[in-house]
Amino acid sequence: MSKDLITGAEALMRSLEHQGVKTLFGYPGGSIMPVFDALFDHRNTLNHVLVRHEQGAVHAAQGFARVSGEVGVCLVTSGPGATNTVTGIADAMIDSTPIVVIAGQVSTSFLGTDAFQEVDLVGITQPITKWSYQIRRPEDVAWAVARAFYIAGSGRPGPVVLDFAKNAQIEKTQYKPTKLDFIRSYVPIPDMNKGAIQTAADLINAAERPLLLVGQGVELGNAQSELRSLIEKADIPAGCTLLGLSALPTDHPLNKGMLGMHGNLGPNINTNKCDVLIAVGMRFDDRVTGNLATYAKQAKVIHFDIDPVEINKNVKVDVSVLGDCKQTLAAVSELLKVNRHTEWIETFKDYEEVELEKVIRPELHPSTDSLTMGEVVRAVSEAGENKAVLVTDVGQNQMIAARYFKFTQQRSMVTSGGLGTMGFSLPAAIGAAFGAPERTVCAFMGDGGIQMCIQELGTIMEQRVPVKIIVLNNNFLGNVRQWQAMFFNGRYSFTPMLNPDYMKIASAYDIPSKKVFTREELSLAIDEMLKTDGPYLLEACVVEQGNVLPMTPPGGSVNQMLLEC
Amino acid sequence: MEKTIYTIIVHSENIAGLLNQVTAVFTRRQINIESLNVSASSIKGVHKYTITAWTDEETVKTLVKQIEKKIDVIQAHYFTEEEIYFHEIALYKVSTPEFQENTEASKVIRRYNARIVEVNPVFSIVEKNGVSEDITSLYEDLKKLNCVLQFVRSGRVAITTSCFERVNEFLGNREARYSQIENNNHE
Repeated sequence: MSKDLITGAEALMRSLEHQGVKTLFGYPGGSIMPVFDALFDHRNTLNHVLVRHEQGAVHAAQGFARVSGEVGVCLVTSGPGATNTVTGIADAMIDSTPIVVIAGQVSTSFLGTDAFQEVDLVGITQPITKWSYQIRRPEDVAWAVARAFYIAGSGRPGPVVLDFAKNAQIEKTQYKPTKLDFIRSYVPIPDMNKGAIQTAADLINAAERPLLLVGQGVELGNAQSELRSLIEKADIPAGCTLLGLSALPTDHPLNKGMLGMHGNLGPNINTNKCDVLIAVGMRFDDRVTGNLATYAKQAKVIHFDIDPVEINKNVKVDVSVLGDCKQTLAAVSELLKVNRHTEWIETFKDYEEVELEKVIRPELHPSTDSLTMGEVVRAVSEAGENKAVLVTDVGQNQMIAARYFKFTQQRSMVTSGGLGTMGFSLPAAIGAAFGAPERTVCAFMGDGGIQMCIQELGTIMEQRVPVKIIVLNNNFLGNVRQWQAMFFNGRYSFTPMLNPDYMKIASAYDIPSKKVFTREELSLAIDEMLKTDGPYLLEACVVEQGNVLPMTPPGGSVNQMLLEC
Repeated sequence: MEKTIYTIIVHSENIAGLLNQVTAVFTRRQINIESLNVSASSIKGVHKYTITAWTDEETVKTLVKQIEKKIDVIQAHYFTEEEIYFHEIALYKVSTPEFQENTEASKVIRRYNARIVEVNPVFSIVEKNGVSEDITSLYEDLKKLNCVLQFVRSGRVAITTSCFERVNEFLGNREARYSQIENNNHE
């Protein structure tokens, strides 16, 4: 340990550097000023991105983490600065995104006195974090930061909050670089059980109609190639959850599409026809399962997961394979025999044809003049050779983007799945651009979602973040409007939107932009957007009352999807 | 599924704020905690929570996993009444004049195997160890005699009757794992 005394704020800087942090997203304020002062001397090693609202900082940290696989970091002040991150923390918790949120806090002598900008952040965030801790002494900084990064990034990842009291930022301490990879009460990866591996392999070997569900766990566990080998060896068709979409290339012959409420017909219907259902790194969310009482009742269920809590939480399983799926998938794969399920796989074709006829073709090649959301998404995807990172907001834009964007590369899907946070896409795209600087980042959002974090255009302007912003403008809060049409007698209660002139807004932020109505304009604008070095805003005026189909109505069964509404 | 009373025993590191995290798992699912006791355990630095709640087995299984998932929780397990030895303690403050006037009162105390731990001219304190039903029924009997001024009962404390000490074993395994990591780091 160095004998020199440094401030807690300086210890935080050195600890972050020691953890390998290079980028952080934040916003200064009273209770975090000593840290920002220390940051000034570290600005060459710690690239701080000044956002325009703390919610932007936390979503950017999420976007960064999702594409890079590293822990995203966000630095904010106490009180409102801290509470503004709460939505993003909850989002990161439910979507298993590793982030560390460092917030200022009033000095310990003021704690509990309702001091200016004091809020019980640890109390607020305990239920929505893996760990939430208040640093009250400078000598705890190195330990707390090491523990925070270990917890956030290990096992099933998630958010960690460090609530940093101001006196601990100012007071002095000796500093010793600290790494931590063991907490006795915390078992991040459960031990692999050989018996379960064997039972799972036996079940799969005996299966005639196996179906595999790919979740985000495959991406988080870097098990994309293990997954591919397994399904190719045993010839198992797969469906992907929203967050698992890029774990398997869209055009892989065994990728049968997306699961869930607005997923593809084949994997959804065949969920209720398969004899063995193999879930990998997914949590049987209600948007995937629909009515649990009728979900895959005929099938034996095998569940691969790193988190024991997920086992039997929603769907009762026959075999649970706990552990890191990179290892468990490989271990099961080794015991599998080379197999062919040609007849079973053929059955997906019928559903694909129906869906193509009733839904996909009308969406991608509409007979009307107005653009559809789907054709805009597909055109952008293809123009980028299906190599871009997709960031979506929440709602129709999200479901359409998930359905029609194509993936060839892993870790390419950044969306708010579990929490469904409107406003997520713009700041998350900023984070994704920093997390994968060599890649094109395309962010799709609706006219509702862009306005929920529109202030981040300022961050994009200042940093020249090369984000391709595609606004699918239908002058409606489209998803709610669709539900109102389907389930509330078409009473459009507060879903029509009067929109501002987005090109004027873009121009005020010095972001080149185009507004398009026709296919010709669209195609030219996409070319221009992708050729532009730096940010670009493309506003596509799409059919106002477009619907996302097919759809499993809420509470409906997974095999009863509506093809029209 | 049928509801029954489960005793959930949690061992955790001794860290402030953890109680909140443990109880939040119950409140989130709207499960009422019937009783709760927190104390030091036989293991240094380890706290033990004894919680009782009415629920079904499926729910309690998920509950203990969700509790165990908290970073600083070491282990959480659930037990039916057959799998543990358990006890509660209750104190009854009674009015001394009323209590002494009534000849039935001391009979009741003896019948329940309770004891009088304090007597002064104004009030007396009765103490009763035992199971919930007896404690409640003593309270009802004393209330009939119209002499109860205050009544308080503790949460359940429980000890498992299995011959196998799971927490010790777990911590032993974890320590072995830690030394292994340390050795690898030094190599």
